[in-house]
Amino acid sequence: MTLLLKGARLIDPQVALDAVADVKIADDGTIAEIGPNLDAAGCEVRDLSGRILIPGLMDCHVHLREPGQEYKEDVYTGTLASAYGGFTDIVSMPNTTPETDNADVVELVKKAAAKAGFVHVHPSGACTKDRKGQALSEMGDMVRHGIVMVTDDGCNVQDAGMMRTVMDYAVQFDIPVSSHCQDAGLVGKGQVNEGVVSTRLGLTGWPSQGEEVHVDRDIRIGELTGCHTHIQHLTTGRALDIVRAGKARGAKVTCEVTPHHMFLNEDYIKESYDTNYKVNPPLRTKADNEAIIAGVIDGTVDIIVTDHAPHAAYEKEREFELAPFGMIGIETSLASILTFLVGPGKIDYNRMIELMCVNPRKLVHLPEVKLAAGSVADLTVFDPEIEWDVTEDCFHSKSNNSGFIGFHLKGKATDTFVAGKPVLVDGVVAE
Amino acid sequence: MLSKKHLLRTTDLTYDDFMQILQTAVMFEEVNERRIKKVPALRGRTVVNMFFEPSTRTRGSFELAEKRLSCDTMNMGGSTSSTVKGESLKDTILTLNAMKVDCYVVRSSHAGAPYQVAKYTDACVIDAGDGKHQHPTQALLDLYTIWRRKGGFDGLRVGIVGDIAHSRVCGSLVPALKILGAHVTLIAPQTLLPARPDVLGADAVTADLDAALPELDVVYMLRVQMERLEGAPFPSLREYNMLFGLTRERDALMRPDAIICHPGPINRGVELDSYMADHPERSVILDQVYAGLCVRMSVLYLLLGGNENDITA
Repeated sequence: MTLLLKGARLIDPQVALDAVADVKIADDGTIAEIGPNLDAAGCEVRDLSGRILIPGLMDCHVHLREPGQEYKEDVYTGTLASAYGGFTDIVSMPNTTPETDNADVVELVKKAAAKAGFVHVHPSGACTKDRKGQALSEMGDMVRHGIVMVTDDGCNVQDAGMMRTVMDYAVQFDIPVSSHCQDAGLVGKGQVNEGVVSTRLGLTGWPSQGEEVHVDRDIRIGELTGCHTHIQHLTTGRALDIVRAGKARGAKVTCEVTPHHMFLNEDYIKESYDTNYKVNPPLRTKADNEAIIAGVIDGTVDIIVTDHAPHAAYEKEREFELAPFGMIGIETSLASILTFLVGPGKIDYNRMIELMCVNPRKLVHLPEVKLAAGSVADLTVFDPEIEWDVTEDCFHSKSNNSGFIGFHLKGKATDTFVAGKPVLVDGVVAE
Repeated sequence: MLSKKHLLRTTDLTYDDFMQILQTAVMFEEVNERRIKKVPALRGRTVVNMFFEPSTRTRGSFELAEKRLSCDTMNMGGSTSSTVKGESLKDTILTLNAMKVDCYVVRSSHAGAPYQVAKYTDACVIDAGDGKHQHPTQALLDLYTIWRRKGGFDGLRVGIVGDIAHSRVCGSLVPALKILGAHVTLIAPQTLLPARPDVLGADAVTADLDAALPELDVVYMLRVQMERLEGAPFPSLREYNMLFGLTRERDALMRPDAIICHPGPINRGVELDSYMADHPERSVILDQVYAGLCVRMSVLYLLLGGNENDITA
């Protein structure tokens, strides 16, 4: 039955749209018509007055943990959490057990995602076998089975010559090579940003330069090979300057940032050694927060991702040096951007939509999703006025290792439509 | 009474806390001179010594301090530790809590482990050394030794030489000396310094031991921790001794009344020549060991709320 979404404020910079209007979704999951006061005859009507409707949010950096680490998260709970966060599309990371370095694992993830049906899952594949940085993965086979990018997420290819081989080989598939920039020699067993907090807490430092040398390296190898280099979760002002310089000379480079690297910093890591703040790359300084937010505003940053990284409570309850890196983020991402960037006027809705809807699809060459007739109806609806507290038990992910627990946020996703099908409905996903 | 329930870091303590601990330790020094060196001050209190990392002097010193205060003690660690069977620190503490423990003395190779213990128990927790972070009772025994020899801290010039980066002693001692009014110089090559020595509170940092020595009232030599050296921070022990060792030749550079401290165990011929380690006027290394016993008795007594009548009677 045709669905009629009434009364929402529709925003989409791709079609220069910002108006209150109705959206009619056809049975085939595409947008049939957009306009004021559409005829409701024969339609199932949803009243979305007071809410904002945009192209579906997409997160290009999500750890679903399946196969192999289902005690942390699985495709079902990870995609459920994504739907609650307002997302319609996600890119899953390949550091599964076994690694997503072959087509079989890609198929497994896709099947589990289709069965759950909460969001579109676009897997990424490892660029080397076992993510060991030594031999190419069968990326051609994985591309045929639907991967949208390759990455040795979590460690990065350490040998520059091997990274050249990866990029030289990946060029033929026209997919980005996504770089988790960290030089193993400089980073070592680093636990937190090197500086004030590493000294005060007696923890091994993870210096900014350990990230920056690989940002520069991988942009340059991209220029050497013609490959698209995508810099994952960039954290420092200087790393951003390197990207800025690369873009200025025409390098094919894009980059992403996370809410936690924008809105949290090393000062949150206190004598309580709260392991929810242990992430890789680490939380940096307040000055870095401001620098990367400046990059989000001026356009240097291409996309916002979460690096949603669930870990079981018992793993995070361990000694800081023994606890795993990572925090979840997909259920707080939109709200944190609305609260800390859009609310205070640092960016407008149009820029937010570029960062979270338009550019993510562009990065991995998905068809555009627009608020226009004929486009697939992957849509996100949020209420900018809902105020809520992030608590330990507010999550739908299997894990609750969030650094935003205790935050008061304003704005929340209320509805999503995935290929026209309602998934999140008035803040609830029917399971 | 101290201002804090636990002893987790020296940066928690006030000037008055430090002086109370040191003055109480004097009282226990008197106890330790008696023929019967045991007082009933903490009779019936249970202390668990959890040493997840090898330790001889700190562990021995705590055990003796507890026994001389009449505590009941239980030792855990090494191969007897349930953590080698895969139990988490949290579960270990919850298990011990069920046996009604009054105090945990915690040594771990992981920074922050004693804080995590404190999170899961109502008992008081004493940090007996956590990773590269803190070792508060070591700092207190150093302070006690310096105080007894020098009479105070105000304006005292203390130089700490060696592996600052891996030193939990420094993590506790430098801030403590600053709270008490001393001037602290760190002397080390940059390979053995933390990222931000100023955060610890150091007034000056230099790699020139010879230039620094003539100014110092206290020369604190750190142990070269062979087991913690990652990435070869200096080329050889020979060169280390040449640049940063307290050699006999350097005796002439020191002030006549300067003293030499070392947390032990000593690597003779590396950070300290035997002549300096055994120097009858300068070396207070064995005084530090004795101070360790008295100060740990003091800390246990103050944290567990002992009764003064049980000591003096």
